[in-house]
Amino acid sequence: MAVIEIKNVAKTFGAYTALHDINLTIADQEFMVLLGASGCGKTTLLRIIAGLETASTGEVWIGGRRVDHLAPKDRGIAMVFQNYAVFPHLTVFENIGFGLRMQKLPNDEVRRRVERTAGLMQIDQLLKRYSGELSGGQRQRVAVARALAMEPDVILMDEPLSNLDALLRMEMRAELKGVLAESNTTAIYVTHDQVEAMSMADRISVMHKGEIVQAATPLEVYRNPAAEFVAGFIGNPPMNFLPATSQGGGKWAVAGELFDGPDRSAPLKFAIRPEDLRPAEQGLTATAKVIEPLGAHLLVTCEIDGEIFRAILDSDMTVRPGDRITLAPQPDRIRWFDPETTLSAV
Amino acid sequence: MTDVTADAVAPDARRAGRIVYGATVVFLCAWVLVPLYFLLINTLSSPQAVNAFPKSFIPAFDLGSLTFFANFSGMLNALKNSVIVAAMTMVMSIVIGAPAGYALSRFDFRGKELFRLLILLTRAFPLPLLALPLAVLFIRTGLDDTAFGLALVHTTLAIPFAVLITYSLFSGIPIELEEAAWTLGCTRLTAFTKVVLPLILPGITASAIFAFVISWNEVFAAAVLTIENRTLTAFLLQTLGEAPLHLKFAGGFILVVPALIFIFAVRKYLFAMWGIANR
Amino acid sequence: MNARLLPYLLILPVTLFLCVFFLYPFLLVSKQAFTQGAGFTLENFRDVASHWKFPISLKNTLLLAAVVVPVQLALALLMATMVNRMEKGRDLVLYVWTIPLGISDLAAGIIWLAIFEQSGFLNSMMTGLGLAEQPMNFLSYQSPLMVFTAIALAEIWRATAIMLVILVAGIGLIPKEYYEAAEVFGASPWQRFLRVTLPLLRPSLQTALILRVVLAFEVFAVVAALGGTLFPVLMGEIYSYQFDLQNSNGAAALALVVLGISIAFTLVILRVLRVPKGATI
Repeated sequence: MAVIEIKNVAKTFGAYTALHDINLTIADQEFMVLLGASGCGKTTLLRIIAGLETASTGEVWIGGRRVDHLAPKDRGIAMVFQNYAVFPHLTVFENIGFGLRMQKLPNDEVRRRVERTAGLMQIDQLLKRYSGELSGGQRQRVAVARALAMEPDVILMDEPLSNLDALLRMEMRAELKGVLAESNTTAIYVTHDQVEAMSMADRISVMHKGEIVQAATPLEVYRNPAAEFVAGFIGNPPMNFLPATSQGGGKWAVAGELFDGPDRSAPLKFAIRPEDLRPAEQGLTATAKVIEPLGAHLLVTCEIDGEIFRAILDSDMTVRPGDRITLAPQPDRIRWFDPETTLSAV
Repeated sequence: MTDVTADAVAPDARRAGRIVYGATVVFLCAWVLVPLYFLLINTLSSPQAVNAFPKSFIPAFDLGSLTFFANFSGMLNALKNSVIVAAMTMVMSIVIGAPAGYALSRFDFRGKELFRLLILLTRAFPLPLLALPLAVLFIRTGLDDTAFGLALVHTTLAIPFAVLITYSLFSGIPIELEEAAWTLGCTRLTAFTKVVLPLILPGITASAIFAFVISWNEVFAAAVLTIENRTLTAFLLQTLGEAPLHLKFAGGFILVVPALIFIFAVRKYLFAMWGIANR
Repeated sequence: MNARLLPYLLILPVTLFLCVFFLYPFLLVSKQAFTQGAGFTLENFRDVASHWKFPISLKNTLLLAAVVVPVQLALALLMATMVNRMEKGRDLVLYVWTIPLGISDLAAGIIWLAIFEQSGFLNSMMTGLGLAEQPMNFLSYQSPLMVFTAIALAEIWRATAIMLVILVAGIGLIPKEYYEAAEVFGASPWQRFLRVTLPLLRPSLQTALILRVVLAFEVFAVVAALGGTLFPVLMGEIYSYQFDLQNSNGAAALALVVLGISIAFTLVILRVLRVPKGATI
C-alpha cells in the first residue's frame, strides 16, 4: 500500500526555480510517467521523491508517512538510474543482493530473492559476471532486478531506457511494463520519450518549466490536451494550430471556413491533429509543400495563410508539391485554445 | 599527374619519416636510461674502480661500494629516517587530503573556489622555504630534529597534490553509484565504505605512493630541519663536500631505486591523476 | 549529519593544516624578513642585496631557468606528440620517459656527477675515442660554461618528465575529431600542431609551466652536487645564510625574494596563457 502525495513542493537553485509548487497524488500501484523536455524539472521532482535532493518547500508523503526529512534508505523506495549505476566492483549477484545485504537478510533469503528477480529479468545466467562484461541491455536488466529484489513499495525510474538502442528499447518497454504490473508496486517513471510514456503509463504528468501542465491518462492527454504546450509536445507530428475569429453565436472563421466552437468573442486558436484530416470537397484549402511517404501513410506538410499545417493522409493518394488540396477536419476532434492563457478553451 | 608523383614519392618520404621518428624515440629513451646505467656501473664497482680512470662501461658487480655505504657511520640511520618520514608523510597527506578531495568532487559549497585557490596557491610557492621559520617554531615546541616535524613540512608539500589527485579520482566515480547505494539502504558512510572505497583504493594507493616519493626526494627542508636525525637526502647533501665518490654514487643509487619501483607501480595512474586534477 | 556542514567538515583538516604549516610560516618569514631586533626595517634586504654573491646567484638562477625551461617545454611537447601517435610500445616508452619524475634533484646531480667528474664517463669516452689526451676537470672554476652545461643538462634530464606527464594527460583530453576536422580542411601535421594542439593544450601548458618555473627557482641540490660553490644560486645562498652565516633574517629576506619572483612569474604565465571563458574543450 503506497500512495504517494506531493504537496506544494518547490525547488529553487539560487535564483533559478526548477519546480513551482507541485501538487500530485499517485495512487497505489499506479504507473505514473513524468514526461517533459530536458530541463522541465521532471528529474528534480523524481530525485526529491527519492530523497537525493531536498525540496525548498513542501512535503512528500509515501504510504501515509511524511518522508521528506528521511534519508533515501528509509523511504521504502528503490530506484533505477539512467546510467544503470551497476556497481563495477561487484558481481551481478552481489549487485542484485546489495540492498538485501544492507538489510542484513539471511544468506538463503538473499539467494532466493536474487535468483527469483534475476529469473524474472532473464539474467540468471549472468550472476557471476561483473558489470564490465555486460552489454548495455544486460546492465539495464541488472539495475531493474536490483530494484525489484528490494520488494519496494515504490519504484522510481529515471529515463531507464534512454541509453538503449531503438529495438532494445521497444523490447524492454513491453517487458518492464509486464514485470512492474506483476510486482504490485507504485511506479514513477521519468522520460522525455512520448512513445514510452503513452505505451507504459496509467497516467502521464506532462511537465513544462517546472510545472505539471496536465496529469491524465495517456488517451486523455492525447485527445484533450489541457494546454497548447501539451498539444504541441505530444503526438508526432504535433497538433496543427490556426488562428480563429469569432463570428458570434459559437461560429468561428478559420482560414475562410466556418466551424462550430465555444460561444465567446475573444479570439481563439483552432487546433486539429494531422491524422484527423481527410481530403474532401469542402474544407480548409492548403498548398502542399513537402510530401513524405512513411509507408503506412503519407505525411503532407502544407501551408495555410502562411502557417505550417500537417496532414496524415492515405498512402495511396497522389499529391505533388504545389498542389492545392482541400482538407476536412473531423468535427468531434477539433479543439480550441485561448491564445491569452494558452489553456484549453472548452 | 600529381597522383603519379605523389605515389612515387610518398613511400620514400614516409619511410624516411618513420626512421627519423623511430630514431628520436630510441635516442630519447637512451637519454633517460644511459645516465642511470652509468650510476649503476659506479654503484656496482669497487671503491677503487669508481675512483680509477678510465671507467669501464660494463658493471663489475662488485658490492664494495654498497658495503662501504652500508658501513658508513650514520648512513643506515639516515636511510631509516627517510623511510619513517616518507611513511608519515604518506599517511598524513592522504588522511588529511582525501576528505577535501571528496568534498571538492561531491559538493557545491560557499567558499569552494576560495578553497581551491588556496590549494592551487600553495603550488606556486617554493614550499621548502617555509622550513626556515618552522625551524624556530619547532625548537620551541620540541619538534626540532624529529621525523614527525619534518614529516609535517613534507605533508605541506604533498597535500596540494593529495587533494587535487583524490579530487580527480573521486570525480571519476559517478555520483549515481553512491546515490544507488543510498536508495539501496546505505547511509552516506556505508555507501562510501561499500562502494566508493573499493573502487578508489588503487588510485588512493597510487597517490599515497606519490606522497611517499615527494618526501623521500626532498632535500632542502630536510637539510634545514634535521641535524642529528638526518634523512638520507640531508645526509648525502651534508657529506657532498668531503665524501668519497663511491659513497656519493652508492647513496645516489639507493635514492633512485625506490623511486624507480614506485613510478613503475603507479604508472597506470600517473596520467589519470594528472589529467583533470591539474587544470 | 547536516549535509550543509559536511563539506566544511571535510575540508577542515586541510584548511587547518595549511593555515598552521603554510600561511603561518609564510607570515613568520615575512615578519622575519622585515625586522631586525625590533621594528620594521628594510635593512635585511639591503644587507642581502649588497652581498657580493647576490647579483651572481640571482643571475645564475634566472639564467638557468631561462635556458632550462624552454628546452624542457620543447622536449616535453615533442615527446608528448610522439607518444600520442605511438601504437606499439607506448606504455614502455612512457614508463621510461617518466622515470626521472621519481628521482630527486640530489640523485640527479649525483648521476650527472658520474658523467662529468674528472674520472667520469665523459672523460673515459673522450680518451677512449682519442678526442682527448687525458681527463679534463670539467667541474672547476676554470670552466664555468661546462659547470653551467652540466647543471642545465641534469635539470633538463630530471624535470622534463613532470611536464611530459601533464602534457600527455592534456593531449589525451583533446578529442580526435578536432584533428580529423583540421585534416579535412587541409591542415598539415605541423599546422595541426600549431592550430589545434597548442591552443587546446593551454590549460595544461599553464600548469606545466607554473610548476616547472617555480621548481626552477628552487634549484638547489643539483647545483650542490655538481657545482658546489662554483655556481651560486638563490636557494643555496638561503641555505648558507641560515647555517653558515647564522643570519636567519637574511635568509628570510632572500626567501621572500624567491617567493616574489615565483609569484610574479606565475601571474605572468596565468595571464599570457589564459583561456577565454567558454573556449575550453
